[in-house]
Amino acid sequence: MLGFSNGVNHSSESRVRSADCGMEGTDTRHGYGHGSHLILAGRKKALQQRARILQEIRQFFIGNGYLEVETPHRIPAPAPESHIDAVPSSTWFLHTSPELCMKRMMAAGYEKVFQICRCWRERERGAQHLPEFTLLEWYRAGGDYRSLMEECEELIRFVATGIGLGQNLIFRGFKIDLSEPWKRIFVKEAFQRYSRTTVTEALEKNLFDEIMVQDIEPKLGLRKPTFIHDYPAQRGALARLKQEDPTVAERFELYMGGLELANGFSELVDSEEQRKRFLMENENRKARGKPIYSMPDRFLAELDDMPPSAGIALGVDRLVMVFLDVKTIDEVVAFTPEEL
Amino acid sequence: MEGPPMYTASDLRKGLKVIIDGEPYIVTAFEFSKPGKGQALYRSKLRNMITGLSIDRTYREGETFEPASLEERVMQFLYKEGDHYHFMDNETYEQIIISEESLGETKNFLIDNLNVKVLLFGDRAIGVELPNFVNLRVITTEPWVRGDTSKADFKPATLETGYVLRVPPFIEEGELITIDTRTGEFSKRVKE
Repeated sequence: MLGFSNGVNHSSESRVRSADCGMEGTDTRHGYGHGSHLILAGRKKALQQRARILQEIRQFFIGNGYLEVETPHRIPAPAPESHIDAVPSSTWFLHTSPELCMKRMMAAGYEKVFQICRCWRERERGAQHLPEFTLLEWYRAGGDYRSLMEECEELIRFVATGIGLGQNLIFRGFKIDLSEPWKRIFVKEAFQRYSRTTVTEALEKNLFDEIMVQDIEPKLGLRKPTFIHDYPAQRGALARLKQEDPTVAERFELYMGGLELANGFSELVDSEEQRKRFLMENENRKARGKPIYSMPDRFLAELDDMPPSAGIALGVDRLVMVFLDVKTIDEVVAFTPEEL
Repeated sequence: MEGPPMYTASDLRKGLKVIIDGEPYIVTAFEFSKPGKGQALYRSKLRNMITGLSIDRTYREGETFEPASLEERVMQFLYKEGDHYHFMDNETYEQIIISEESLGETKNFLIDNLNVKVLLFGDRAIGVELPNFVNLRVITTEPWVRGDTSKADFKPATLETGYVLRVPPFIEEGELITIDTRTGEFSKRVKE
């Protein structure tokens, strides 16, 4: 069942745009066409709003005693994960998230840190994906995934108020009520409710992702922002397993209007277990013919010093998409790769 | 086995032509998705270029496709024999036959010596593209009763190909008219 409700075709749109900025125009100093100028000029309002949203995010964290940090974009190797591919940069890589460096800071005694940075993931391009995108990541010592969900709610309400939105917002035609409490649903429950299969079955048949994308995601966060949580253990390579039920990881994702916005979890702080999982992820990569990544030994050596914590990554571009009610990620950035 | 270079799922985009189960398909809609920490999925709508039927398919990263190589050649319609329509390549004089079934609606507008574009998939003709306008002769239609205002603005007429359409009342038997092949409707009377 393909709705394509948000199915803006990117490649064709981009082609039109690149054609627009061909070499025929003569009206600019640089001798390039003016088509790209018009597109860029048309995004001014969105980019102004984006800047306000970024300011509000910073204000929220600074007001809550967080330290803003910057960690290197270029790293020796990303954390090995089955489905995340890093862009090589000489013999190193551009980071896919600031996770490893920020956790090393937590292990060194920084208790509340946040970062807003560019991240790169190879071959990710679509109506909701850019290969270079902006991530907000934050970590808090002493927290777990449940307290993190609450903080996530507070952040988004804070930003909404800050940019002058009321209790409701309209996104993709849905009126989404931001008042507390937001909806929470177990992954298991979501499979029962929205698909004709169980999580176990889906995993066995290697259909977990397909069902998630086709049957479940479009139903999440339509009236209230929704946290879907307690993912199967193998779906949280860096997350802590639930004590009462070690078949699931203490991991959640936040959805609004069917769009995935954030991924958070109670952090795994056991280096031995973490190493095992990385090895397994690398095995998966190898089996799929993907390059394997070297073990982040420094990170692993320090991980045992990290206090019990919770951490989350939130897609800033997508948050802007929600607040501005736009269809594609292209509309909230100054330049897409195709426009360069 | 040697063949054309394969496409992978990340090459999928609108307009791409690929072979699925031995038949040529064109991608008509496409969406990249990737659930959190999950694998990349390429959700596609594809139209079978022979049957015209659309299918929805979700492909995963790493899946490969054989490109569908299609060729377009200008050919002349020669004659009809039973339900076989004979065409000739204007450059090579090679002749091919297309069945009435695969011609579909376009058979209504084929007159001898008409130049058309034939889409070939291997040796197989899978479609014929007509000029936007063709001239066809009216074989039968009711005479126009002058001054009769009770009748409608249009009346039925049968063309030399057997096609029946609605024409203005002043069109008479034996006249040549222009048809818009995109809509199948009357366009104008041709002055001879």
